[in-house]
Amino acid sequence: MRTVAVVGASLAGLSAARSLRKQGYDGRLVVIGDELHRPYDRPPLSKEFLAGTLAEADLALEAHDEDLGAEWLLGARAAGLDRTDRAVRLADGREVRVDGLVIATGAAARRLPGADGLAGVHVLRTLDDARALRDELARGGRLVVIGGGFIGAEVASTAYALGLDVTVVEVAPTPLAGPLGETMGGIVSGLHADHGVRLLCGVGVKGLGGERRVDAVLLEDGRSVPADIVVVGVGARPCVEWLEGSGVELDNGVKCGADGRTGLAGVVAVGDCANWYDPRAGAHRRVEHWTGARERPDAAVATLLAGGAVRPGVPRPPYFWSDQYGVRIQFAGHAAGADSVTVEEGVVDERNVLAVYRRAGDPVAVLGMNQPRSFMRWRKQLAAATS
Amino acid sequence: MKIPACRLADLPRGEALRLDIDPPVSVFHTDDGELFAIDDTCTHQDASLADGWLEGCEVECPLHASKFDLRTGAVDAPPAKLPVRTHEVVVEDGVIHVRVSTDAPNLPPCVASRLAGGSA
Repeated sequence: MRTVAVVGASLAGLSAARSLRKQGYDGRLVVIGDELHRPYDRPPLSKEFLAGTLAEADLALEAHDEDLGAEWLLGARAAGLDRTDRAVRLADGREVRVDGLVIATGAAARRLPGADGLAGVHVLRTLDDARALRDELARGGRLVVIGGGFIGAEVASTAYALGLDVTVVEVAPTPLAGPLGETMGGIVSGLHADHGVRLLCGVGVKGLGGERRVDAVLLEDGRSVPADIVVVGVGARPCVEWLEGSGVELDNGVKCGADGRTGLAGVVAVGDCANWYDPRAGAHRRVEHWTGARERPDAAVATLLAGGAVRPGVPRPPYFWSDQYGVRIQFAGHAAGADSVTVEEGVVDERNVLAVYRRAGDPVAVLGMNQPRSFMRWRKQLAAATS
Repeated sequence: MKIPACRLADLPRGEALRLDIDPPVSVFHTDDGELFAIDDTCTHQDASLADGWLEGCEVECPLHASKFDLRTGAVDAPPAKLPVRTHEVVVEDGVIHVRVSTDAPNLPPCVASRLAGGSA
């Protein structure tokens, strides 16, 4: 392979570029990113960066003296993949011919239909999103967060600490029921009420009020919640439109094997846009976690460099964390499919618990709230049991 | 500065002990029976390495999976970019002592600003 392109210059793309060099690839390496920024860390965008305690320079993912010998095409959006010419077509008309390709184009924040053009309405995905939201939050006022998932909950927590009046609106009866299950989703989202943040569940959003600037969130039950700032945190969709018609199979992102391989030789996919086969679950799972973006490129690059001639290992159980209202939340494994959840340590009312999810008696997931040491012990056990 | 940590017998292999000095230091007893001391706070963000995943001569941060070499303090895996300080460990009369390094620590931005009186 003489040229490998990595499309996507965030954590997954950077990790893939690093893996390529670490695994001995010494050919031409082109990293293509649609944002103008060098790779930066996204998790602090809803927390320390939004709160103003972490500066932009601290978000850099690259070390000062790091040099991967790569060509960086930043501010360049991939618009197509030509399988015959083996070329990545950019939106500005340029083409990059490649022998190997790593797809790491990530995901984009879902928006609320009809909300475009209304001032005061935000999503949070990129550094530019975070700058804009940070500047508005600094002025204070009433914030309504649409969506009680992790991004929404973290923004609510940060805004609460900044002194804003915060309301969270969630369409499901229990926030976080998908990733954490009903019981623990209820306990974790109880953090809002603990701090006087209003949580309205089981009600959808009909629209937004306001002329040029938002002034209310209109709910489907007829209520209207006054708002100076609105954050829409209703999930993300994989950025794979540019691959339509390329021959790369798309199904909730790029459909991949258990090591990131796609149906096209010399093409692998990693990060939020990649729907990897999970041998443990016996199904494809698109994992939008930081740790997946960090760890999985190693396996994908090994496959790419070996021409697919390596047997995929079993990746560690997915792991993610969240910081809300000073509580460190950690989760590993899959809650879906568990038939029981038990609190093994700590006290629920003190938001200091270690809960284990089991299926037919076997642990399949673990949740910690301010229990880092026990959590690590369980996470290791989980990895050993399922590897 | 030499600080007593604990009795060697009280720190089983595979375990770590955090000393609540400022900044905190942790002593690791590896599965192979070696003892190491490093700064407890990950250089990336505020997390205790004593709560981390100890494997061989490496500890993985419990929060974001940065890995540090216990022997040198070097970063073996990102997101951390700066090494942790290492400290000399001596065992005298069955008690583990740590001789704390006089080098400047590499504390993460949030912790550094808090120590400097910032609003973190």
